[in-house]
Amino acid sequence: MTTINLPTIMRQHTGGAKKITASGRTVGEVFSAVGHDYPKLGEQLTSPEGGLPVFVNVFLDDEDIRYLDGLDTPVDERSDITILPAVAGG
Amino acid sequence: MAMTYQEMVAAARAEITEIDTATLESRLVDGTAIIDCREADEYEQGAIRGARLIPRGLLEPNITMQIPDRSTPIAIYCAAGMRSALAAKAIQDMGYTNVVSMAGGFGRWKAEGREWSEPVTLTKEQKIRYSRHTLLPEVGEAGQAKLLDAKVLLIGAGGLGSPAALYLAAAGVGTLGIVDFDVVDSSNLQRQILHNVDRIGMPKVESARETLIALNPDVKIRMHNTRLSADNIIEIMSEYDIVVDGGDNFPTRYLINDASLHLEIPVVHGAIFRFEGQASVFNPYEGPCYRCLFPQPPPPDLAPSCAEAGVLGVLPGIVGSIEAMEAIKLILGIGEPLVGKLLTYDALEQEFRQLKLRRNPECQACGDREQPPAIVEYDDLCMPAGTVARTS
Repeated sequence: MTTINLPTIMRQHTGGAKKITASGRTVGEVFSAVGHDYPKLGEQLTSPEGGLPVFVNVFLDDEDIRYLDGLDTPVDERSDITILPAVAGG
Repeated sequence: MAMTYQEMVAAARAEITEIDTATLESRLVDGTAIIDCREADEYEQGAIRGARLIPRGLLEPNITMQIPDRSTPIAIYCAAGMRSALAAKAIQDMGYTNVVSMAGGFGRWKAEGREWSEPVTLTKEQKIRYSRHTLLPEVGEAGQAKLLDAKVLLIGAGGLGSPAALYLAAAGVGTLGIVDFDVVDSSNLQRQILHNVDRIGMPKVESARETLIALNPDVKIRMHNTRLSADNIIEIMSEYDIVVDGGDNFPTRYLINDASLHLEIPVVHGAIFRFEGQASVFNPYEGPCYRCLFPQPPPPDLAPSCAEAGVLGVLPGIVGSIEAMEAIKLILGIGEPLVGKLLTYDALEQEFRQLKLRRNPECQACGDREQPPAIVEYDDLCMPAGTVARTS
């Protein structure tokens, strides 16, 4: 199972859980599994066209998946995915 | 057997390597540590550029702290080459393996017309005030002089701007500009530590000025009691070396990014939400820009403001302090600034992480250095507005 670290703003869809786990061979498959378990969260992780929304950054360990293979980036059971939202507060 | 001073110098010279002035000049740029071992009053009247002052009497006690690596190439000079011969012998005896003394000293250097300068020196009061800085080899008096000469613009005198401004002023950053159009409100005081109860209703820039001047009268405060806009941002930012972003909304952050790409000024970025913080340094064209990371802001339901969602007061204290540290590192040219890295902080988990940021070669803002983004007023969508040819 791959671990997904969620920012505060998305935890409302997981009952407050900060870390969730899901299975899949790629980031995209993991997100599909997340969408199955947490439909509202799944909507925020996928654009209407099926890609990544431009305002969501996804890091596999410490690398931005936009510079890997995007949603096709392979993952394994030790992978750690971090969802990074833009925040503006000051 | 009693020895004269001349005999002592001759004995030292027999055991060390001496170089001439031309050789030292050729080594100024090769990483050799140049030590001026004269007294402070001699150094202040003129010294070789880049030399660090360690008076002869303080050399042995201080050298291992200042230059821990005993294989570092070191060149020592004094006024005529005698004290430096003794100094070179002394630290050679301490295990330094690559030490030379410059024959003829600064007197010959100057007489030969080689380049020298009057080091920026601190006043007596400043030497005491900044002594804990100047003790650090990475800062020293030369670094403190750089801080005193630096001009930093703080966007916002709020949660992030308060600790950043306090630490930059305390550190002796010589000119601090502060942009804020708001007035102090009692709901600010849970985190905005520049202000206090007596200042409620006062413009934040004025309140900030009073606090900072009381902390350090060395610092010149420039107040910009205005809302940053497409009409004024270039004029305001162009007066500064570094921008510290403590804004509280996306349109301002995109506007700062665009102006920084025009002016090629680094932006120290900080942002907070509830218990989470982010910090980075956006150094134009050297690393990614804000729009490389966030091409578009999130929809409002994914990004409520602190006023809507709350924030724990200590959080901006931590993130704003990190911003001050990054600004000081940029001014001094030390360490590894957060260029190409995003530091994230989770206060509840007490967890720091660093994520790698990359420059997007197709970024609509920084993709082409000759075509920086047009400076326009953004609405909440902050969509890219196209680019213009570089004029400056």
